[in-house]
Amino acid sequence: MLEIKNLHASVEDKEILKGIDLKVNAGEVHAIMGPNGSGKSTLAEVIAGQEEFEVGEGNILLEGEDLEELSPEERAHKGVFLSFQYPVEIPGVSVTNFMKTAINESRKAQGLEDMPANEMLKKIREKSEMLEIDRKFLSRSLNEGFSGGEKKRNEIFQMAMMEPKLAILDETDSGLDIDALRIVANGVNKLRSKDNAIIVITHYQRLLEYIVPDFVHVLHNGKIVKSGTKELALELEEKGYDWLKEETAV
Amino acid sequence: MDLKEKLVSSFMAFEDGLDLDHPVHEERSNAIKNFETKGFPTKKDEAWKYTSLKGLQKIDFSIFPKQETALEYKDVKKFFLHEIDTYKIVFVDGVYSSYLSETTHDGVDVCLMSSAFSKPMFQQVIEVYFNKAASKDESLTSLNTAFSKEGAYIYIPKNKMPKKPIQILHLATGNEAALMLQPRNLIVAEDNAEVQIIERHQSLTGNEVFTNSVTEIFAGKDAIVDYYKVQNDAPTASLVDNTYISQKDSSVVRVHTFSLGGKLIRNNLNFYQNGERIDSTLKGVTILGDKQHVDHHTLVHHAQPNCESHQDYKGIFGDSSTGVFNGKIIVDKIAQKTDAFQQNNNILLSDKSTINSKPQLEIFADDVKCSHGCTIGQLDDEALFYLRSRGIPKKEAKALLMYAFANNVLESVRIPELKSRINKIIANKLGVRMGFDL
Repeated sequence: MLEIKNLHASVEDKEILKGIDLKVNAGEVHAIMGPNGSGKSTLAEVIAGQEEFEVGEGNILLEGEDLEELSPEERAHKGVFLSFQYPVEIPGVSVTNFMKTAINESRKAQGLEDMPANEMLKKIREKSEMLEIDRKFLSRSLNEGFSGGEKKRNEIFQMAMMEPKLAILDETDSGLDIDALRIVANGVNKLRSKDNAIIVITHYQRLLEYIVPDFVHVLHNGKIVKSGTKELALELEEKGYDWLKEETAV
Repeated sequence: MDLKEKLVSSFMAFEDGLDLDHPVHEERSNAIKNFETKGFPTKKDEAWKYTSLKGLQKIDFSIFPKQETALEYKDVKKFFLHEIDTYKIVFVDGVYSSYLSETTHDGVDVCLMSSAFSKPMFQQVIEVYFNKAASKDESLTSLNTAFSKEGAYIYIPKNKMPKKPIQILHLATGNEAALMLQPRNLIVAEDNAEVQIIERHQSLTGNEVFTNSVTEIFAGKDAIVDYYKVQNDAPTASLVDNTYISQKDSSVVRVHTFSLGGKLIRNNLNFYQNGERIDSTLKGVTILGDKQHVDHHTLVHHAQPNCESHQDYKGIFGDSSTGVFNGKIIVDKIAQKTDAFQQNNNILLSDKSTINSKPQLEIFADDVKCSHGCTIGQLDDEALFYLRSRGIPKKEAKALLMYAFANNVLESVRIPELKSRINKIIANKLGVRMGFDL
């Protein structure tokens, strides 16, 4: 599904990603953990096409296709989805209208007609129920005045609507209380399939109790310094990140 | 002959056709004297520092249209808010068009200034209100007063409300190579009356049009007036809009100004609070491109205690367009407990666009709440990335952000069909088609 080879990325001449290699197959869930400032969010944004970052060496391949020349919207049309750590507020545009626009733009790019209104409505109803989102919520302005938890739940609702091939969840657990975390994780688990892949970026192991990853990677100083199975997350939780730094220093 | 000379020398011919015994005659004579003394404002005047009328004065404008032109409704339908039933006062090249209008005298008067000036039944209202709020000092207002003859006359007696909103539409056909128009409107809402008015100036061709308009609005105790100015004119049409609003106790007046097209627009919007617990709202959305120029000069004069004013102007400037916002607030010494709010936010889309924003607060009372804020920035890249990452192309994503930016001004529009019309104009201007009203 996704193959990242020796990826380097910098912003204003400061190198943040210093050679990342990562392979994610369809049907897999990968967790990327690491201390603050290790480059986790940068990696997520670079995959989604944030133009603020200068990509130097390396490639990002989605189903074998190099994404380098593609704009963020083109990547979205190809099935890349990023759940933002800090979703942006858009006053005056309802969640429903926003989703309609997003879905129909993607369909247009694929040469499809707009989704019929009743089909759209049915889908919105189905996905909002899955995430236990109140219908009234959908007519509110996108993210405006939403609590931290509501914003994150709304991101996963968007993911459910867009049905991406590759979803990257950037610190989706931050700002969520335990009930909201369960609902969100439950939603993500329902979206897991043999045809898509999910990358979960998190600082803490807590989320991974609910979204159980197949692989865990530790990012430190712009590099993946350790990879393993879900047990690695527990190890990190227990020992913190300091021992890892020492180990990699050796 | 320059435009000033032409106007001054035309005055006598203009007066020839009018009743010289009418009390308004003296107002007109004084006004032309004032204009003759002061002339057109120049960039040396502080209030006109960023807006030049020099170019316009070089154009050979016709001051009186030579002939009447008939227009078919179907040809101008799109300039009306035709989605809803309204009263209509329509002028074609400054001349009233009864064919396109729908006036009334059923409990309220929605008709013409020319009738109000000439018919005895309106004389009392004219004597009490005409030229009582408008400045006698400002030269362009004086110029309009001197030539005041035609425009919209709206009188809503105590406790009344017209059955439907009122549209005032000024159309210019381009029959003259260059035409100057000076409409004069008088709107009176007596105690506890309510009215909604939409005003639009529209040139139908590429010929030059210069409109110098004066509108006086009087709101009695507890009256509610909503006034919407739709400024989306042709690239050869210029407008100086002088609006004077006088409010009494507990009245509410809201003026929304949508400046979306035209060559040069200058809005002089003046509020005078002559009572307590008054609410004045001034909101504006400005979206410009090319070499367009818009200058918003607002004045709110708090002359009595316990009143509020809310100003919120949003501007988006592309290409080589220029904008000015000058918001003056005066709080008199006796106007304690005044709550005056002013906000002006701007987005510059290009390196060549400019905005001059200036708050001007003169506060003489000591127990007041006055706040003002001004921002000038670009579109938020992070927000743009968020929208694009959802598959929304860059152009549409930018449009959504601009729409979101202007949204809280649109939110307070109380006629839903007007709001959706403004949205459509904005979407057209931004060159996008959204699957919903934008």
